Amino acid sequence: MNYVALRMLTGDRAKYLSLIFAIAFSTFLLENQSSIFAGIMKRTTSQILDVTDADVWVMDKKTLYIDEVKALTENDLYRVRGVPGVLWAVRLFKGQPRAKAADGTFRVVVMMGVDDASLVGAPSRDKMILGSVEDLRQPDSVIIDRAGYKFLFPGQPLDLGRTLELNDHLVRIVGIAEASAPFATFPVMFSRYSQAIKFVGRERDQLSFVLVKPQPGIPVRDLCDRIEKYTDLRAVSGRAFAWQTVFYYVKNTGIPVNFGITIGIALIVGAVVAGQTFYIFTIENLKQFGALKAIGVTNGSIVGMILLQALTVAAIGYSIGSGIAGVFFSITLHNDPTRGLVLLWQNMAGVAVAIFFVVFLASLLSVRRVLTLEPAVVFRG
Amino acid sequence: MSFAAECRAVEKDFGSGETRIRALRSVDLEIPFGELTMLVGPSGCGKTTLLSVIAGVLNATGGEVQVLGERIDSLAGDRLVQFRRKNLGFVFQQFNLLPALTAAENAAIPLLAAGLPRKSSVDRAAQLLAELGMEDRVDAYPAQLSGGQQQRVAFARALVHEPRLLVCDEPTSALDAETGHQVMELLASHAVRPGRATIVVTHDNRVFQFADRIARMEDGRITGVTVNRMSGANASPTGHSHQENEQVNL
Repeated sequence: MNYVALRMLTGDRAKYLSLIFAIAFSTFLLENQSSIFAGIMKRTTSQILDVTDADVWVMDKKTLYIDEVKALTENDLYRVRGVPGVLWAVRLFKGQPRAKAADGTFRVVVMMGVDDASLVGAPSRDKMILGSVEDLRQPDSVIIDRAGYKFLFPGQPLDLGRTLELNDHLVRIVGIAEASAPFATFPVMFSRYSQAIKFVGRERDQLSFVLVKPQPGIPVRDLCDRIEKYTDLRAVSGRAFAWQTVFYYVKNTGIPVNFGITIGIALIVGAVVAGQTFYIFTIENLKQFGALKAIGVTNGSIVGMILLQALTVAAIGYSIGSGIAGVFFSITLHNDPTRGLVLLWQNMAGVAVAIFFVVFLASLLSVRRVLTLEPAVVFRG
Repeated sequence: MSFAAECRAVEKDFGSGETRIRALRSVDLEIPFGELTMLVGPSGCGKTTLLSVIAGVLNATGGEVQVLGERIDSLAGDRLVQFRRKNLGFVFQQFNLLPALTAAENAAIPLLAAGLPRKSSVDRAAQLLAELGMEDRVDAYPAQLSGGQQQRVAFARALVHEPRLLVCDEPTSALDAETGHQVMELLASHAVRPGRATIVVTHDNRVFQFADRIARMEDGRITGVTVNRMSGANASPTGHSHQENEQVNL
């Protein structure tokens, strides 16, 4: 009877296409909004995730997230280095000076000051597009991310040797790298620590973070506990710090509410439109189902037919919606303002569960009507 | 004489309390094999209710209903459904064809419901449709067929699995006189055979001549059974003058 079920479904072309459209639209909206939300939240952690050399981040114990830091003292750095199990610990500065190009174009930038000696915290070599990380050892040199370069030098080809003013300090671009997009789409620059603090402006303490590498065999969690015990500072893994930052934005901004409303509407619209259309589709076929029951089709077979119809429209609608979402993200992926926003498989899986659940619920309502239908209905003119 | 169906003191109520309506009142009826029995009577007399009870799509409130030797009123659930699928063929007033299926596919539904492969089921249904004069319309959809053609498809669907009892509810009421006559001729020639029985509910007196037996109903009761000596293919379309009737007093 599967064949009959599918022919009944596709026979009413208008309702069939309405169902597919409703489910595809909901799928697209859900995947689109949830992936953009996840992408934006991931952006809040870009400067954390881009540091791949160190495993542990040490900061003031009141630090809530990466964009608001209370400076540590040089003494804190030495105390961290003295903790058993620390292989090395280096400085990391994060500030936001203003960069100005020769033509007057200016942007606030995210300035990362990396360790002078080891250059830990600088872009990894595979992220370098032009120049070398080692060139940071030159005086007044910076590495800028590709998107930031385009912001400050719009329409111009990627080129080394260009100069910028950073809070009245003249700097020269010695490298262009690919960096994860920051939350506020600021250009990202890298310089040596000793220079970065000079660009931003002197304060009594300027050490934002200490980046730590554990000795071989020392678990990150154990080392974090030791650092906190010995220094009274906060020490977390890069991953934990990233999640801490995400949760800060989730808890303290309207972003999740905004996306949540859209996602909720998409779910409700999908559920109502798909559910109602599917329900009406079944009700309009009630007499036919009654005839099938009279002829000798069991309730189990009819439930199977309705579920097959529901699963079919859900699968087709979900596939089309996911396809559209995939095209959308493949386009936005190559635009600088939206770079890094991708369709995550986790979102696709979650949306699949939501869509199939909604369609399943809708079909259950229909099933109930058919199961309680007396086959004698077919004898009533 | 063995019977395809026997009703003993069958009663059927709808609703309860003050709103209760008694649709069947102590109905006794026998449907012999090899005959076409018509249930006739005015609208609301209970003939469709009685047909539904005999067909096992409606439960009787009281009495006994035996169909093909089985107490159908004691069957329930999937056993009842399987009994209907195997032994009964249905023809409905409004045809109830699935609009998305072709004529042959519609006619094949009882075979598909029994789990037979689609191709062989549709082939068998197409063969039967050809016997009913529809060989060039097997791939047509119901919307492309005339009323008479749709009813032939419905007959094919009712006969394709060779049921022993065929139940027909007002099979000619949606058809014009000529088409209705043709349809009844087909029914009489294909459905009425030894070992099989056919029950037709109708109030169309133009087709009474095709009946071997006519059970008249009124107000939920059988008021009389007439045995028709000249029926079916031998019957004249012009009227009752060629018939010899025998009234059975109840």
